Amino acid sequence: MQPLDTLYLESTSNPYLEHFSTLIDLAVMELPGQLNYFEPSYDSERLFKSVGALVYVIDSQDEYMNAITNLAMIMEYAYKVNPAINVEVLIHKVDGLSEDFKADAQREIMQRTGEELLELGLDGVQVSFYLTSIFDHSIYEAFSRIIQKLIPEISYLENMLDNLIQHSKIDKAFLFDINSKIYVSTDSNPVDIQTYEVCAEFVDVTIDLFDLYKTAGARNNSKAIKNKETTPELKNVAQLGNDLIIYLRQMIRGLALVAVIRPNGTDMESCLTVADYNVDIFKKGLEQIWKSSRVTPQEESINS
Amino acid sequence: MSTPMNATSNNRKKLLLMGRSGSGKSSMRSIIFSNYSAFDTRRLGATIDVEHSHLRFLGNMTLNLWDCGGQDVFMENYFTKQKDHIFQMVQVLIHVFDVESTDVIKDIEIFTRALKQLKKYSPEAKIFVLLHKMDLVQLDKRNDLFEIMMGKLQETSSEFGFPNLVGFPTSIWDESLYKAWSQIVCSLIPNMTIHQSNLKSLKSILNAYEIILFERTTFLVICSSNMNMQNGGVEVLDPKIFEKISNIMKNFKQNCTKLKSEFRTLILNDSIYVCELSSNMVCFIVLNDPNDSREMVLENIRKAKELFQ
Repeated sequence: MQPLDTLYLESTSNPYLEHFSTLIDLAVMELPGQLNYFEPSYDSERLFKSVGALVYVIDSQDEYMNAITNLAMIMEYAYKVNPAINVEVLIHKVDGLSEDFKADAQREIMQRTGEELLELGLDGVQVSFYLTSIFDHSIYEAFSRIIQKLIPEISYLENMLDNLIQHSKIDKAFLFDINSKIYVSTDSNPVDIQTYEVCAEFVDVTIDLFDLYKTAGARNNSKAIKNKETTPELKNVAQLGNDLIIYLRQMIRGLALVAVIRPNGTDMESCLTVADYNVDIFKKGLEQIWKSSRVTPQEESINS
Repeated sequence: MSTPMNATSNNRKKLLLMGRSGSGKSSMRSIIFSNYSAFDTRRLGATIDVEHSHLRFLGNMTLNLWDCGGQDVFMENYFTKQKDHIFQMVQVLIHVFDVESTDVIKDIEIFTRALKQLKKYSPEAKIFVLLHKMDLVQLDKRNDLFEIMMGKLQETSSEFGFPNLVGFPTSIWDESLYKAWSQIVCSLIPNMTIHQSNLKSLKSILNAYEIILFERTTFLVICSSNMNMQNGGVEVLDPKIFEKISNIMKNFKQNCTKLKSEFRTLILNDSIYVCELSSNMVCFIVLNDPNDSREMVLENIRKAKELFQ
């Protein structure tokens, strides 16, 4: 959906569930704002027991004191029923604020939340804050980090990516979910938002161009497809003026590996050969992790 | 950058961009030539008098774009005091009509006044009309509206000795803008036939399904190897495919600037190659056989570069 189209969204009046299938199966549940969670008729206990993360959105351009009080009450309840819950707070709509103002708002919100929680005797619980806006990539970044906390195999993935980039002249690698542009994992180097944006856009370019000539490709590959019943994996390589290479390969379950390669003087072809070989091994690794991972009962209860 | 007004070099093309105020002339210019996104154009203010922009196109051609402010005060001026200055040596007139306009009679009247001056000062000029802001019209009514308007304008322009008027429905929110401008700019390229034949031979050498040639900075389509098969082709690809590629590639190009560099090549699934052919052209090649060796294809493209200098 285009950011501008969201202006016309109506108020959500019923809980709305959206399913995601990436490396793990997620269900994102949007709750209406005006809900009173403490009405006995509402089955909030079962609800809070079954979630992995609670994402609370604060409008940064509005009066946020009430929102913080409300958040503290919700957190108190959530911790009572489910102490393992991750609480994530999005300080949202920051696109309309100046840089100084953003920092001020974030500091103030963090401080107030801390005070409120202290009063409720909940100090010491982990709350993460993110500055987000739908008009840039910050919201994708925030959701990427939130989701990564829920992936049990995240540390292995990060190590695997670290290994991969050490041996293939890669600056930065992301494991993207193709449909949502959220990355489920990245290497341990710090994420530079610009690089992330370029990589996310590169996924778009790949899909768009591929779709344009899909019909033509199908006609030409009809023989090939008869021989082996699989569609070829998507791969895309772009080289820029300063020799940087952006590299995309399709992985398992709607994921794609996008990497920025810095050749440092070697030619593109040998860089790609090494990268291809290493990425093949990485992909096998992913497949093995996938085989051995099991859906936890917690997730099953959400999906039921 | 000031140039003497009497420069008669054939490589300077004067384009007049005219239309009533608020019809979207400056927005078009900003999107095609200054890398604005459609959303960014909201920030543009009204154009005061005439804004000149000089654009190098295909290396040897300079487009001199006269973006004429459309408020009645300026308009009156163009047809009276400045008429010889404005309407001399014009290669192309691009007249923009706002489909939402309430005063169509007046719009057409201004168009006729411009034609009148052109007939006097540059009778050889090519005329293009753009029915702009088409996105504001319901889908099922667009075609009829365009036909009616074109019929009317065709009639008007024939009276002034410009019998073959070319018109396009356009909107900044989809690919139609690229389509219109590609055709306008192509009408100015002198060595089109050479490019066409070079492209044909390159296509057969590479065993390609299709090759499209784009201008490097604007990503407007110059020509394609399947130009003449467009309608009589065996299979129907997306008719808007050129404009869509322009759009996708242009967005990607702008993204590359975030990595402080510019786009050079792209290879998708070993079957689509996008590379620079010369300092001002980019080719978009779709192969029939994705199993061709990458080295060989790139070598062939390198060899082809000499032809397109």
